Amino acid sequence: MSAVLADMPETIAPATSKAIAPSKGGRPWTFYVLATLFAAYVLALYGPMFCIYILSFQDIRGGLVFPMKGQSMHWFVDLFTQVRTGDVKGSFDRSIKLAVIVTVITVVVSFLAGLGFRRRFCGDTFVFYMTIGSLVAPGLVLGLGTGLLFQALGLNASWYTSALGAQLSWTLPFGVLVMFAVMSRFNHVWEEAAYDLGASRWQSIRLVMIPVLAPGLVAVALFGFTLSYDEFARSLQTAGSLNTLPLEIWSMTLNVTSPSLYALGTVTTIVSFIVIGASLGTIVLIQKKRGSRTKG
Amino acid sequence: MKNDRGDIELAGVCKSFDGVTNVVDGVNLKIADGAYCCFIGPSGCGKTTILRMIAGHEDPTAGEIVIGGQNVVGLAPAQRRTAMMFQSYALFPHLTVRENIAFALRVRGMSKADRLRAADAMIEKVRLTQFADRLPAQLSGGQQQRVALARAAITEPRVLLLDEPLSALDEQLRVQMRQELRRMQQELGITFIHVTHTQLEAIALADLVVVMEQGRIKQAGPARDVYAHPHDRYVAEFMGGQNVLSGRVEKVNGASFTLAQAAPSGIEVPLQARPTVSVGDKVDIAVRRDDVALVRPGKDLPPGCTTSLPSRVLAIEYQGYFVKVMLDTVPDDQFVAYVPEKTFFADPFTVGDVVMATWATGSALPLA
Repeated sequence: MSAVLADMPETIAPATSKAIAPSKGGRPWTFYVLATLFAAYVLALYGPMFCIYILSFQDIRGGLVFPMKGQSMHWFVDLFTQVRTGDVKGSFDRSIKLAVIVTVITVVVSFLAGLGFRRRFCGDTFVFYMTIGSLVAPGLVLGLGTGLLFQALGLNASWYTSALGAQLSWTLPFGVLVMFAVMSRFNHVWEEAAYDLGASRWQSIRLVMIPVLAPGLVAVALFGFTLSYDEFARSLQTAGSLNTLPLEIWSMTLNVTSPSLYALGTVTTIVSFIVIGASLGTIVLIQKKRGSRTKG
Repeated sequence: MKNDRGDIELAGVCKSFDGVTNVVDGVNLKIADGAYCCFIGPSGCGKTTILRMIAGHEDPTAGEIVIGGQNVVGLAPAQRRTAMMFQSYALFPHLTVRENIAFALRVRGMSKADRLRAADAMIEKVRLTQFADRLPAQLSGGQQQRVALARAAITEPRVLLLDEPLSALDEQLRVQMRQELRRMQQELGITFIHVTHTQLEAIALADLVVVMEQGRIKQAGPARDVYAHPHDRYVAEFMGGQNVLSGRVEKVNGASFTLAQAAPSGIEVPLQARPTVSVGDKVDIAVRRDDVALVRPGKDLPPGCTTSLPSRVLAIEYQGYFVKVMLDTVPDDQFVAYVPEKTFFADPFTVGDVVMATWATGSALPLA
């Protein structure tokens, strides 16, 4: 042992060259390329919408194309006062109500489907593919079919019956898919533990499953709401005589030739962002509440 | 009157998941009230299934499970008054330590003030007071285990079932939590059933060790019995600490018989445990690794030793208070001697040395 030690130099010679130059906080050139690409992507994504938002703030001389003529809130006032632009308020109310109903049904059904698929059962794959199948059906065709079916059955098409059904054929498969992803992170030993501690099935769902899955359920709700709120293709032939908001906007593009159309676009975008913000805020709040109790 | 007896009897218990093979195959066992019982066996031997059947999470395909004189098959865990501590603890991630522990009282409809007071008392018992408002994710493995234990114990069960409770912990913590489990068991005075695959854990804790293989009990008894007097080759090899040799009986004379082996002289084995051997029988014997002495060729054997097997040293491992010497004594089986550290270093062997492996004749144990 000592002989081996004696052969070794007392100090280690300094390295003659550096393997890698030390970073001086600079970024590689690829960063700038990718950053530019990303900026272009964001511009392409939001640019068209910003054209609408900007043009909606013109004054009374405003037209449908650039350049911008003056600045005012005129067209927003116009939107909510003039009757000739169409039934904006009524269609907005209907769309919100319909979206809320769709959201509730989507969350409840998706959650129940998640519960049902905890264990494998005979034909589960078939049921799953049947559920997802309607996602690939073209929306216009599906809406048309729903409208025809209602007609054949002698029922009147309206936003809260046929349009509701047509929209659910779109939101439910999405909801179920999201729910499955959420459920896959649920450890079923928690349920077993609840049962072991004396909880009934209902107590274990109410006290364990729903609170643990709450952020996921909010995500499903958000999907249901936004998919319904701007759904067009499936609602076109099923909404009956009263329009939902996307249908109203579409009909306005055909006969309204003033920037109040753009003002409507701005308002609906704001509503969408409020809903998304509220949902994300809820999720953050749930997580923060769980985190903050540690300091108690 | 509440029946607080936690004695358990398993009578002909079978479990089959597919209707073809029995995962648990006719298990009969009595566990005394207040005993610490360890089920031990390799994975897939059915030990966890037995635990889950006692807990009420699986129903036996056949047989009876009797707790405190009452057949509990078909009853829910809360009705059985058993509680289970799950392998990964299964603490509710959205509830604090206090709320987790109070959960069982909550679902029983106890008022919030009462159940939180009861939970706080239990939290103190497991020394977690300063962590009462934390979430499970903010606790260490050992703390999580104590929460799981407290959560299970708060309902005052008559039987506590622990599914590999220490497997998620690191080595040092495992030894510490082992003591804590034993302390809790004595404090609560209830029956503990603990499933493990670590023999050290089983013999350190249990009053009753149950060794299992393929759905059947191979041996059940006090830890020292199972370790020092294994019934058969399987138990001897599974519990460890034994060298198992096999051979044919060559000669039976009065109090002992001689086992013909690869060795030139044969191995003398006392007859006490196997009075019915006859010449030509194939017999397994066990010799404890710490009973084996190593002697240089040509030196005298220690007193009481009649068998000596010439061997070559294959490997040496220093283990602290003893040295593990691996030998090629028998062709097919491992043969290991645990030599006390001081004895070994008084005259150290090196790999390749030829030694005579010997042991006091009385310490060789014939197996079933």
